[in-house]
Amino acid sequence: MSVPTEPRTAGAVAGNGTAGAGAPAPHGTSATADATGPRQLHLQLWRGDADGGGFVDYEVPALEGEVVLDVVHRIQAEHAPDLAVRWNCKAGKCGSCSAEINGKPRLMCMTRMSTLDTSQTITVSPMRAFPVMRDLVTDVSYNFVVAARIPPFTPGPPEPDGTYRMAQVDVDRGQEMRKCIECFLCQNVCHVIRDHEDNKPHYAGPRFFARLAELEMHPLDTLDRRRLVSEQLGLGLCNITKCCTEVCPEGIHITDNAIIPLKERVVDARYDPVAWLGRKLLRRPRPAPASAVAVDLPVARGAHDPTIDGRSDPAVLGRNGRRSDG
Amino acid sequence: MTVVEESPRQDIPGVPVRIGQARGGPPRSQVLRRDNWRLQPILVAAGLLVFIGYSTWAALRNGDFYAGHLGRDYLSPYYSPCLTHSCTTAGYVWGGWSWWRISPAWLILVFPGAFRTTCYYYRKSYYRSFWLSPPACAVADAGSTNPGGVRSRYTGETLFPLILQNVHRFTWYFAVIFAGILTWDAIAAFRFPNGIGLGVGTLLFVAQAVLIWAYTLGCHACRHLCGGGLKRLSKAPVRHFFWKHVSTPLNHHHQLFAWCSLISIMVTDLYVWLVASGTIHDPRII
Repeated sequence: MSVPTEPRTAGAVAGNGTAGAGAPAPHGTSATADATGPRQLHLQLWRGDADGGGFVDYEVPALEGEVVLDVVHRIQAEHAPDLAVRWNCKAGKCGSCSAEINGKPRLMCMTRMSTLDTSQTITVSPMRAFPVMRDLVTDVSYNFVVAARIPPFTPGPPEPDGTYRMAQVDVDRGQEMRKCIECFLCQNVCHVIRDHEDNKPHYAGPRFFARLAELEMHPLDTLDRRRLVSEQLGLGLCNITKCCTEVCPEGIHITDNAIIPLKERVVDARYDPVAWLGRKLLRRPRPAPASAVAVDLPVARGAHDPTIDGRSDPAVLGRNGRRSDG
Repeated sequence: MTVVEESPRQDIPGVPVRIGQARGGPPRSQVLRRDNWRLQPILVAAGLLVFIGYSTWAALRNGDFYAGHLGRDYLSPYYSPCLTHSCTTAGYVWGGWSWWRISPAWLILVFPGAFRTTCYYYRKSYYRSFWLSPPACAVADAGSTNPGGVRSRYTGETLFPLILQNVHRFTWYFAVIFAGILTWDAIAAFRFPNGIGLGVGTLLFVAQAVLIWAYTLGCHACRHLCGGGLKRLSKAPVRHFFWKHVSTPLNHHHQLFAWCSLISIMVTDLYVWLVASGTIHDPRII
């Protein structure tokens, strides 16, 4: 695509609002209309790809009850048919429409226009931690590579009757983490990778710390992932500034209920001589280290599109952790 | 960029994910947030600086920290337990360290100071407000947008000295001891020359002890030790009971108790100083 190097004006792309002003109001619900006509919304959407781009101004009439994704869809339908935006359920459950609205990482489908100051221009930009594929769509493959590095749930042998039993109280803690919709807003806002790209190869990020915590707390799981999370997945890089918790659309307490419990478990394993002495004296059985089953890890799934990675000399992170050519 | 992960299997082809390439999108140095994101780190920094400044003054003061000579068994939390001869009337068996020449507050403050410095909540606070790493969510780390600059590399809590944050649970052990000492101080504050009584200072001491316990028991390390480290809470009903009640409401409101207890320490010390120096008279309620 042709990529704008300078922000384009509204008139160049969207008719500076005049095109949108005449758009019919669906179902006649233009509740904000007054004697002078519908109130106009001013939006700036990011247009471009990984090589560059800029904000482009759009004006559309305000309609009652809309979320940001609705407005973006109207812009796409009426002014910018080539606008790329990823979405699916429009119900906050698929995690597809993650973006940054007025600089805050949010789901477009769960951000009501009525919660924004529509007297000012609203900016919608792609997630900054990941490469832009086009416009508001980012390449989140990094997350799938990390996911594949996490040893899966590994239960022990079943009980004599061939079943597994768990008490509800043991399941409750992990259930919170299972609410995750993998929107990757927490990954996006985490400054460890957002501001320091060089940490990506050895940092799992909040979403996967939540996954690891869920596995570590699982009453039937038999693996010990503490060394893995500490040495290879970068738990120590997290400085618990709680931004992941702030942006989570599912309200998961990622920091308090996943990352800090994981950090404390790592302290048990690596920094606490009292815990070490207790293990030695009481001869507690040690769970199997995660590396014992690492060979059984499933093959990673990720973006193989050569148009995404077919660059002259891309530094890429492979499933096997080695540099490879796209 | 070189990737250092050891491969469990060499025959699995790499998944191409770009690392270290241009990402596109708005420049990282450009802050798009419209809200007043500077307010919170500024308020937190101001609050912490006020506490540090006041505590330094209180520790350097080395006087008027005990009101026993005025019929009030009030001992400043900065000087508790009392290590010097000036407050032996309070009945502290460890009082009377005449060989200790500098302010005993410095010796005492090391322990609660270490506890609060390594506390998960305070870490968030000062990483945001002083380190500016990051100053606010979705705002770039200070210096990170200058490639090759002094702040362009980020190592988190993996290297010295920040790796020492992992001693938090050990500082918690001392914090429990100090919470016990402050509880004793609150009980002692009920002692009046002619028996048990209640003064305004007594209320401050009780409030301080309650807030200190709320903060100390709401600590994430305490929560872990109570039962958070278990895989099966159902197998340890007593630890589950403690874990549940430490988690909610104490740990859930850890930030609130952190600030309230911090303020209560300053207020109690200020009150003791005003009473002990004769500036004000402590009204007796009962």
